[in-house]
Amino acid sequence: MRLLTHNMLSSNIKGVANGFPLRIEVEKVVEKQVDFNADFLKNMFAKIEWKALVDASRSMGYSELPGDANPSMLDSDDFLQKFHHALLELHLEEGALVCPETGRKFPVNKGIPNMLLHEDEV
Amino acid sequence: MSSRPELQSQPEIFYNDEEARKYTSSSCIIESQAQQSERDMELLALPDDGVPRLLIDIGIALEREVEGDLMLADMGQDEGFRPGVIDGAINISAVQWLCNADKTSHDPRLRLKAFFGSLYRCLTRGARAVLQVYPEKLAQRELILGFAMRSGFAGGVFVHNPHSTKKRKEYLVLNCGPPSLSAATPQGKREQEESCSDDEGSGDKENQTVYSSVCISGRQRPRKKQKITKKGNGREWVMKKKEQMRRREMSCLQIQNTKLKRKARF
Repeated sequence: MRLLTHNMLSSNIKGVANGFPLRIEVEKVVEKQVDFNADFLKNMFAKIEWKALVDASRSMGYSELPGDANPSMLDSDDFLQKFHHALLELHLEEGALVCPETGRKFPVNKGIPNMLLHEDEV
Repeated sequence: MSSRPELQSQPEIFYNDEEARKYTSSSCIIESQAQQSERDMELLALPDDGVPRLLIDIGIALEREVEGDLMLADMGQDEGFRPGVIDGAINISAVQWLCNADKTSHDPRLRLKAFFGSLYRCLTRGARAVLQVYPEKLAQRELILGFAMRSGFAGGVFVHNPHSTKKRKEYLVLNCGPPSLSAATPQGKREQEESCSDDEGSGDKENQTVYSSVCISGRQRPRKKQKITKKGNGREWVMKKKEQMRRREMSCLQIQNTKLKRKARF
């Protein structure tokens, strides 16, 4: 599971007011090389919650992203490379996503987060 | 014994290793699913503007190689995406499973409501969802369509090969809010085929990333119209309305016998 996906996911438990972002508990991170595409990054930038991405990448062991970002930084190749790496090349293979309100853990196995809710959470 | 899968067993039992393997090893099932996915993608009518978009494909086989990330979730529950982040959604033949109660705690109506509600919320304004449906009967189709509309979607049913029992496929094409200006309307008959621009070569694999959402903050939802109670003749008025609905539905269903030309979009 890449951080692009993590950035889109929110806790869906009934009654949770703000389930985003999910905290990451890391057991295994894998880095997979992905072709760099500046256009893709520039278009995705608007959709990303930046702070959540920064925090998530730090928990995965990558601290190169600046704490704040604005669209003017997209002109910098250095910034784009770091953005690319954090967004697309860091994969959470094993671990968990944790609801920020309830602490409930959604396990991640073989890169697939299990977001199935129990009966009482629906 | 019915041949419909959802009447034989619950999905987690029906799709045991043997059955699920058909979806990853049987070439004709793979081919059929691929064709339907392609058709779903055509009906999504994504604008040809080179802007990458995030899509979700609901209900795919786990073992197939996919680009993009996978997640395990229950369609009948809130799927857990941030609001307004997905550009489009496709789905092959999974919605009708929601119409069955596989557990005593499952209420099909609530599950359909949760599915369409969460789908609507996660889509961006103007985004489209294309769901290939396989309803058992008219009442089931009406039920599915009803919940889709009540969740705020506009749209209807698009039928491919309506006169063939074998090849007939129904697609629920749902728009989230008014369609974006650049989105094309699906054409039923294409007599003069448009030149099929082959984008495959220039398409970037990363643009095909399946998953997700488009983030637009402060999205305005269209206001639901107020219901105006009309004075009628009671039963007669109700019967008349029912007949109108049926006629409207039938004309909606008699959409073109089409042979959609497959465009390489990416």
